[in-house]
Amino acid sequence: MNKFSAALNVHIEQVREWGQREVRPAGLEADRNGAPLPPDHPYFAGYVDFRRRHPGPVDDGAVPEGPAVRMAAINEENAYWDRGMGVAAPGPGLPAPIVAAAGTPEQREHFLGPFRGSEIPRWGSFALTEPSGGSDTTAFRTRATRTDRGFLLNGAKCFIGNAARADWVLVQANLDPDKGRSGQRSFFVERGNRGMTGIKVENKMGLRAYESVSFILEDCEVPRDNILGGERPEQTSRSSAYGATMGTLNTTRVGVAASAVGLARSAYDEALNFAKQSGAFRSIRVRDRLEAMHRQLRAAWLMTLRAAWKADSRIPNIVDASMAKVFAAETAQDLASAGMEIVGLEAGAGHHLVEKLFRDAKALNIVEGTGQIQRIIMARHLVGLPR
Amino acid sequence: MISFDVTDEQSQIRDMLLTFAKEELTPRARQADETCAAPAELLDEAWSLGLASLAIPEAYGGGGAPRSTLTGALMLEAMGSGCAGLGGAAAASSLFVNPLIDLGSEEQKKRELPKFCGNARRAATLALHEDSFAFDPSRIVTRAEPRADGWRITGVKRLVPLGEEAGDMLVLARASDAPGIDGIKAFIVPPRAPGVAITRESGTIGLTPMRFARVELAGVSLPPDAILGEGDGADIRPLLASLRIGGAALAVGLVRAVTDFAIPYARERVAFGEPIAKKQSIAFMLADMHIECDVMRWLVWKAAAAFDRGADVSKMAVLAQNYVNRRAIRIADDGLQIFGGHGYIRDLPLEMWLRNARMLTIHGALAAA
Repeated sequence: MNKFSAALNVHIEQVREWGQREVRPAGLEADRNGAPLPPDHPYFAGYVDFRRRHPGPVDDGAVPEGPAVRMAAINEENAYWDRGMGVAAPGPGLPAPIVAAAGTPEQREHFLGPFRGSEIPRWGSFALTEPSGGSDTTAFRTRATRTDRGFLLNGAKCFIGNAARADWVLVQANLDPDKGRSGQRSFFVERGNRGMTGIKVENKMGLRAYESVSFILEDCEVPRDNILGGERPEQTSRSSAYGATMGTLNTTRVGVAASAVGLARSAYDEALNFAKQSGAFRSIRVRDRLEAMHRQLRAAWLMTLRAAWKADSRIPNIVDASMAKVFAAETAQDLASAGMEIVGLEAGAGHHLVEKLFRDAKALNIVEGTGQIQRIIMARHLVGLPR
Repeated sequence: MISFDVTDEQSQIRDMLLTFAKEELTPRARQADETCAAPAELLDEAWSLGLASLAIPEAYGGGGAPRSTLTGALMLEAMGSGCAGLGGAAAASSLFVNPLIDLGSEEQKKRELPKFCGNARRAATLALHEDSFAFDPSRIVTRAEPRADGWRITGVKRLVPLGEEAGDMLVLARASDAPGIDGIKAFIVPPRAPGVAITRESGTIGLTPMRFARVELAGVSLPPDAILGEGDGADIRPLLASLRIGGAALAVGLVRAVTDFAIPYARERVAFGEPIAKKQSIAFMLADMHIECDVMRWLVWKAAAAFDRGADVSKMAVLAQNYVNRRAIRIADDGLQIFGGHGYIRDLPLEMWLRNARMLTIHGALAAA
């Protein structure tokens, strides 16, 4: 959709080819089943193989675009084929950059090492959200207490991606409630830990291709080595667990925006193709509607790319990231809804891709901070009020 | 004189159905959504309330109440507030019965209506929609050809509620070259007649208890008096208007349920140190939802009341339906949004309500945009 370098386009083309052949059918299968594909489904082994052959752009200068723009481009193309399968993709996932930035060398080796060159699908997971928390990342209840051997975790988490199949879940808990949110630290809870109970894979409206998991931590014991960054991290903002978390959310917001654009483009293409094939394109009303959809799609993508470009240029991008997130998520909803109206009765009657996109899109205005939270963040920065 | 009052009878019927919706429909909504079926005992219970036979004249065994579109709208709104899908399924027989009462010939009434006055439930339906893009009833392509011995009807109908279960069916088809809607008539088509093939539509996004079906009519032979009404058949404009009003009323019930569900949650749910109802972004959303619910309701009531006075309400019905189509989906979406991630999980009804709203408003939604 945008002019990227030839080098980046090679990577996008690989994702497109894989997405069309494997991701789209797998996503539709999971949606029909109403449940994520099981971890031993051949899709995941195929994915690992695909990533071994096509690891994607890295920081070696071969692709001139910066990491945030690269991520946006790849996310957009991935989500075009299936947003849910993108989240379900094997790998250390969301916590990878947190562990890479704040973990000790031993932790990086122990927890990220097994993912390097692994031939079998593995997942990592990051658990921040709590049932009473949602977008309010400071209203936090999960507690960590010290023991002779390590730590005990107590609390509840919900909407945690891939947590039931992950090798480890990086759990956010407060070790020092007196310090408020700066008392928060992250702990690796490894699979099979009996203190992680009540594991429930939620039945969602859409995005049914990946696990959203709720679980309870009940005197969940973790060894001393499993606190991210070690017991006494260097006193830098980078190793403060809360700082690391918020830093990640700020960049993942752009990633979610890019995914929303991909999903929106998918809905637009469905509507456009249907309009052409059915002859509905002859109606001026339909052409107007498609034009308006295309305009909104372009605007969402440009906002997303600008927020990514600012990150790569090390220009503060909080307002841009929030703006892109809220605008792109609402664009995904608007275009999926308009797509259903253009496809009309055929979409309502079911098993049309645009119907699935309508259900999938709704989540994007909720995850990584609801549209309301994004607006509050923007408003605070725009008028210069303190947090 | 202007009045927003309803009669005592209407008020009683509404209260009865609000209780029925709360006690019977709401608790069964999720399971019905997942199994794509209304439980038989629930439909039996709805039947025993006498919904279908209420306005059938006493001469044919019915309740003899005056036929009122406003009463119908009140009933559908009440049931929609419990579950639009189950309410739609429970009311499906009226899609056949009410047009018979309003437009049927004396002979047709005598033949068809007594079937709906017994204790045994009888499912019936109406086949309106077709494949065509941005469906417009005046461009229906299903054709009824006059023959020496009656009619021969050919075409494909879509999204027919309770299509597989219905024992009686009205089919809208083009019966003459008279321009636009003047050439469209309703036909009484026995669903088991030779040439009728009925298959379930699978995977509908919402209103799944209504078990929509595709009805294929391959040269179905019908007797001369299969055409609804006397002689060349009745003008179906009033039928279309009452369908629009009924669908809109069901949607009003749905969005009132969403609003009523969201308000207590917004009061209880604490984020950033206070109930989210205190956040203006949420409070304004709730206020707007409430405003729109009321506006939608008054538009529906106005069209229904005018219909009952005998006015041509084609325009008013379209206005009400278009307004509802545009706003209902927004309210259902905002309701889910207030609940955040919890609204997206199938444990709560919000996501089901959004899917039902999308299904209920998909017909003609583009025209309303």
